[in-house]
Amino acid sequence: MSSFLFWIFASLMLIFGAAVIINRNPVASALSLVVSFLGLAALFMSLDAFFIGIIQVLVYAGAIMVVFLFVIMLLNLGHPSEIADARGRGWKLVAGAVGIALLAQIFALTRAHVTPRIEPGYLARQIEYTGVVAPVAGPLFKEYLLAFEVTSVLLLAAIVGAVVLGGRRAPTDAG
Amino acid sequence: MLAESLFFSAVLFTIGVVGVLTRRNAIIVFMCVELMLNAVNLTFVAFSQVYGVGGQVFVFFVMTVAAAEAAVGLAIIIALFRHRQTVNLQNVNLLKG
Repeated sequence: MSSFLFWIFASLMLIFGAAVIINRNPVASALSLVVSFLGLAALFMSLDAFFIGIIQVLVYAGAIMVVFLFVIMLLNLGHPSEIADARGRGWKLVAGAVGIALLAQIFALTRAHVTPRIEPGYLARQIEYTGVVAPVAGPLFKEYLLAFEVTSVLLLAAIVGAVVLGGRRAPTDAG
Repeated sequence: MLAESLFFSAVLFTIGVVGVLTRRNAIIVFMCVELMLNAVNLTFVAFSQVYGVGGQVFVFFVMTVAAAEAAVGLAIIIALFRHRQTVNLQNVNLLKG
């Protein structure tokens, strides 16, 4: 992907990322977040991570954001009484200061010299030989197999937790 | 591409932090946390270009954890709404003493 498109999608991601915290309406925020994630998926693809870009669209922009929108809709959060929720001026100043300090720190960190472990273009050539999924799937089922299996336990725990927290209490409970 | 990606990732992460600090709506705070997770994912993918494909595998795990976190977190928000009829974090001060 050309560098021009890279900048287009990156600015799309940042503009709509900022729109998430600027928008007053939670539904507008969630939709901005979807656009931001789509821009991010395009960036992943331009960095030779096609599989990650695709699951970014499917899992994040698809599944997770649908859950968010579903909860916003369920709780009727577009209501005007819920909309004025930004904190006061003091908090905004603190947030601005923290943001600038954090940005400076991360910039200082990212200016550190990076010695590449693999030659440039290695991932792109690997994708050409073996396809898009194989370069990620190989390490996932070899070196990271234990982590992969533990992830399934994590997901099970999350499902049980969500059902317990979100499920109805005893019938006599007013809540 | 690496330097630009790290730059964008830093900006996106900072947007997320500022959102968490300035908003009171629990759902929007939650979305800002997702924004921060994605900024870190961008860093992982960018570094996977120079350090090998392990970064992309890690992004896979981060996405799984984010999905689990979204499910549990939104369930907590629903439970909160049931008790308090609001998701405004200013009204949720039970631990303040």
